[in-house]
Formats: sequence, C-alpha cells, structure tokens
Amino acid sequence: MMTMTESDNEIHDSQDEIHTLEPDVILDVRGLKTSFYTYEGVVKALDGVSVQLKKGQTLAFVGETGCGKSVTAKSIMRLVDSPGVIEAGEVVFRDRTLDKEEVISDLLKLSEDEMRHIRGNRIAIVFQDPATYPNPVFRVGDQIAEVISLHQNLAEEALVMKIDRLEETLAENPQAPNAEEIKEKISEYKSQLDDPPPPTDDDKKKVAKKKAVEMLKMVRMPSPEEIANQYPHELSGGMRQRALIAMSLSCNPQILICDEATTALDVTVQAQVLNLLNELKADFDSSIIIITHDLGVVAETCTHVAVMYAGVVVEYASTDELFSDPVHPYTSGLLRAIPKLTEKVDRLLQIKGMVPNLITPPTGCRFHPRCEFATSICSEQRPPREEVKPGHLVECFHPQGSVKGRR
Amino acid sequence: MKWSTMRLRDYVIRRIFLSIPVIIGVLAITFVLAYVVGNPLALYVDERTTPDAYAAIRLEHGLDEPIYVQFFLYLRNLFAGDWGYSNTARMDVIPTIQRYFPATIELAIVSMIIAVVIGIPLGIISATKKDKLTDHVTRVIALAGVSMPIFWFALMLKYLFYFQFFMWGLPFLPEGGRYSFIYVDYTPITNFVLLDAVLTLNGVLFFDALIHFVMPAMCLGYIFLAIITRMMRSSMLEVLKEDYITLARSKGLTERVVIYRHALRNAMIPTVTVIGLAFGGLITGAVLTETIFSWPGLGRWAVAAILTSDIPSINAFTILVAIIFVSANLIVDLIYATLDPRIRYG
Repeated sequence: MMTMTESDNEIHDSQDEIHTLEPDVILDVRGLKTSFYTYEGVVKALDGVSVQLKKGQTLAFVGETGCGKSVTAKSIMRLVDSPGVIEAGEVVFRDRTLDKEEVISDLLKLSEDEMRHIRGNRIAIVFQDPATYPNPVFRVGDQIAEVISLHQNLAEEALVMKIDRLEETLAENPQAPNAEEIKEKISEYKSQLDDPPPPTDDDKKKVAKKKAVEMLKMVRMPSPEEIANQYPHELSGGMRQRALIAMSLSCNPQILICDEATTALDVTVQAQVLNLLNELKADFDSSIIIITHDLGVVAETCTHVAVMYAGVVVEYASTDELFSDPVHPYTSGLLRAIPKLTEKVDRLLQIKGMVPNLITPPTGCRFHPRCEFATSICSEQRPPREEVKPGHLVECFHPQGSVKGRR
Repeated sequence: MKWSTMRLRDYVIRRIFLSIPVIIGVLAITFVLAYVVGNPLALYVDERTTPDAYAAIRLEHGLDEPIYVQFFLYLRNLFAGDWGYSNTARMDVIPTIQRYFPATIELAIVSMIIAVVIGIPLGIISATKKDKLTDHVTRVIALAGVSMPIFWFALMLKYLFYFQFFMWGLPFLPEGGRYSFIYVDYTPITNFVLLDAVLTLNGVLFFDALIHFVMPAMCLGYIFLAIITRMMRSSMLEVLKEDYITLARSKGLTERVVIYRHALRNAMIPTVTVIGLAFGGLITGAVLTETIFSWPGLGRWAVAAILTSDIPSINAFTILVAIIFVSANLIVDLIYATLDPRIRYG
C-alpha cells in the first residue's frame, strides 16, 4: 500500500495528462490490472478489467467466487491490501463538486490525500459481512458521525442548531431575565448564516451525531435515536447492514459500491435492503455498483451487467439484453445453471471444469479449457473486446446467441 | 446512558464477589501446606522445650482440635490481624509487611509504568512498520528482554552504571537501596519514598529516590516491556487485518486515525490481559532484583523466610501475592469492560 502511494505521487507529479470521458459516464475503468505477490507466486487477480458506469445506472458485477469482483471494487477505491498491487490501468472518475463544476481525474494517479477525499465522500462502499465490518467498540451513531464530520464542513448546520436551541429556551421561558441577551444572540447568529464561521469541534460532533440519526431514519431503522447509541453487537444482521448503508450514504456519494451487501442476509431482509437501495439511488442521484453472484438480485435491481471470469470482464450488456441474448459461452452457461421451478431435473446443470489457478492462468482466452466451443486460436490469443450489438460488449472468438457464426 | 453505567456497577460488584472464593481457596492451600502437612508443633518448639510441655502447647494453639476447626481458627486469626510472628524479621508479620510491602509495590509500579509507557508505543510502531528496519530493531530488543536472565542483566547494569562509570570518573548510579540514608533526612510516613517526598515537598529526597529507582526499575521493567511489546505487536497485526479496519479506511480516514482510534482500542484488549498478569509476576520477579540491588522489599524477606522455614512469613507472602494477582485481574476485567462493550453485557 505504502510503496504504491509513493510511486503514484511520482506519476502524478511528472505527467498531468487530461483525461477524456464520454458524456454521462461517471466512472470508466480501463485495463485495470491487480496482482497479489504471494509466496506461491504472483496471483494475477485482475487482468485488464474494462467497464463503464453511466450516471443513474445500477451496474452488476457477476461471476463465481474468486473471479475478481471484490478486487475490482477494492481497486477502484484503492483499498487493495498488501500483498496486492494495482499494476496498470486507469480509473477515470468524473467528480461533481459542490458548485456543479466537473473534475475528471484518474483515481489511480491521485495522491493519498486526494484519494482520501474521494473515499467515503464521492465513492462509498458497503461491504459483504455486517457481522465483521462495523467496529465492535464504537457506538453505531458515532461510527456514522465520524464520516460526516470528516467530509463535511457542517458550519451552517452548527449555526442553525445553535439558533434552534436558543429559540427553544426562549420559547420555554419568554420572561427570562436574559431574554434580551438571547434575542440579540439569535439575530447575531442569523446575520452570520450567509458566511458561517467554522464550527467548534464540539458543535461539529453534535451536528454530525444528529445527522447520523437522520441517516438511520432514512434507511428505515426503527427508533433511530436509540440505535445510534447502541453498539454493533446489539443489532441484528439486517439492522447492522442498514447501519453500514447509512454510513456509506451519509455524504451523498456519487457512486455506491455494494460488495455482496445482501449475501449475508436472509431473503426477506435482502429484498428490503435492495428496495431501499433503489429508492435511495433515486433520492441521492447516485449510481450503484452491485457485486453479487446472485442472478436473481441482478435481474431485480440492475440496469447493466458485467460478467467476470478469472479476472476479466467477458461480457457487458444491459440486464434485459444479457438475460435474453447471452453471447459469451460462460454467460450462457451461468444462465443455464439457474434452476427453473417449472422443469423437473435430476441434476442441476453445471459448467464443466474448475475455476483456473490465477498464478498460472490459461493462455489466450482464460475460459478456453472449460469452453465447449474452444478452438486452437482460443488458447493462443486473448480475444479482443468487440461490440457485437450496440451497448453489448464481449470478449470471445466464438460468440453464441443471436450473433452466432458471424465470425 | 444511565442504565449502561448501572450495568457497569453491577458487573463490578459481581466480579468482586467472584474473587472471594479464589482468595478462600488460596487461604485453604496455605493452611494445608503450613499446618497439616508436617507437624505444626514444630512452629512453637525449640531445642529447649521439654516433651512434657507439648500437650500444653497443643492446647494453647488449638492443635488438638479437628482440622476444620483449626482452619476456622486460622481464618479467625488472619481476619483478626494476627498473622503470627516472623522469625526472619524478628517481629510480628503485620508490621513486617507494613515495612517491606510499600518498597516492593513502589518498585513494581515504577517498573510497570516504564514498561507500559515504552512497550505499547513500541509495539504499535513495530506492527505498523512491519518488516522494516524499525520493526527488526524493536523485535531484537523485545527478544533480548524475554530471553535474558534477570539476575545477569541486573549484574551487567550494575557493572556498567555503578562500577565502570565510577572508574571512568563519570556520574554513576547508586549501587543499591531506596535512598541515600547518609545524606538525606527521611522519616517514613507511608513508606512509599516517592509519595512521602511529594507529601513533605522534599525535592532532594524525591530526586535522590528517583536516582535509586533507575537501575532496579530498568532491570525489572525491561522484561515486562519486552512481553508487552511483543503482545502489542502481534495483537495490532491481528487487528489490522480485521474487516473494520478496511471499513475505516474506506471512509477516507487518515492512517493515523485508523490506527490510533480504530485499531488501538481493539488491540489493547489482549495486551491489557498480559499487563495484568505481568503485574502479579512483577511482585515475584522482584525477588531477584531486590536481592541484587539491596532493595528492602518483600522479596528479600520472603527469600530469607523460605531459607529458614519461617512458616508465618511464607504464608503471609503467599497470601499477599495471591491478593495482588486477584486484584490485578479484577482491574484488568474492569478495563476490559470499558474497552470492549461486548463484555459488559455478556
């Protein structure tokens, strides 16, 4: 992590290239490569992942365990832990500042300080396991308030809080001997509203805590004031997950990454959380990346899907398109493996073979040892990325479905 | 807010009650070792006692009663403040403890402060700079501390800072004792030299006592510093792998906040256990240090008592060490409860 930061700084200083981004695209991942240097060898976890996220979309990453979905998310946030290293690629992000100005930058080339400003503020992540991700020794509300006070100025809110409090005391006891003083104070504070002074740490903490309670209310937490003062172990799994979502949403991020955020929950809670995410997406005008291996979740909630296999995005399309016309043999294999309630079968379908070892991945197309359509070219060359239909990208020499036999 | 402090109070009371059986167990063991195994009569006779007097002695000390009655007599005496006569110190046990115990406790506390204040930051630095030069140096220091015999280290310290510094004409550290009774006027109030110096606003005494503390506290503290550093390093490394650290980083917190706010509190939990156990160990570990530095503490008295089979003194020492162990663990449990909210209600 450390060495990566240092080398990034150098790059950042030496070349200040201007990144271009198509309109509406807010995140463009280009040729992302991440490797893990383990004792057994170099695990090439991501080998050139390219994917785009447009404003307002919900993008799903699907694939088997170990195909690099979570590593992609962590690489975007630059949270890959040692011995992982992001080796190549670009993560171009369109940052919308408060005064509606747009800043386009490559996240991988930002300094660590600039990146910290992005994390939790512009791009937030909800992790997989609600049991282990909240810090067990801090109150839920404090953990949410921490992000809020870190990324937000809160000057105006603090001033408003002070005015409210003074008005309350005045309303309770209008004949108080110091009523005149209070009134003066109120008008003084009100005159500062246009250009609020920086709040004291104490005021900031109070405002942040108040906002944390509001966030908990937003994610439909029952009795949020009480929950804010409780510790994570006192909450149920679903409540904890909601608290984590509240934490992630508390700074209105432009992108919310849900790393298997619903996998650890039971189906009813899962449905609640997914609905919540969709509603909040509309409220906050954010885009969402969902990482999952549950195709049901994808069909219900996502607008676009990127299918990953062994560190590569093999197919990318809109959800309807992908489910109706899968082109990559791996995608169609995945879809055929979904059991159907209307048919009675003895054995569920499976894709033959095993996920390859990423220390020595197969040459050429990484899927060829398991692919029923593979020919000699598949083991020699990596298939290029091709737009087989508008907005439907695939990396395969032998596309199936409606475009079958075009090559 | 209110009910959580009430829960804490209930927890404290419960823990105090739970330590009572432990103390009673220790008392039973000391009683069995001293008065049941072997002939308890031996305590009260010398070479001039005639066999005719035995029966009278038995009657006087209740030795003809059944054992359980004797145990209750023993307990009664202990709680009444009659802990027997110490042949080693040539006075009653209670005043002996009052005289020697503060010296030991004071040495243990000063050593502990050194060990904690240096050991914990060292462990944190070692963990955050894993496999860097700082880490390697720290690990060698810690390894030396746990593997070095305390008496050898004490003698080496004394050789360098007392003998060699004296030979080189440098300002040298005192060779032993708690203060220079030749130059400094001191009438004990609490028997804690540093505390007395503060109470009487005696700067000369305070400074003189502090100088005397340097070598013994360094010697005793170093071993525990090493243990604490190693424990802190490994638990910190463990915690830094936890998911909530990733979450903290994903919030955009600086590395300093991640480590000192989010990781430290969790990593302190196992370290506090070790500190508690080490404090009990300090009292027994002080025996060698006290002997080498002529420190007038419990350790030297206990060694002398063991060598002359002075049963009341040995028992008193055992009970004292047990009480210190139990209270150290009690304090550890209380610190636990404040560090980790899961424990309080569990």
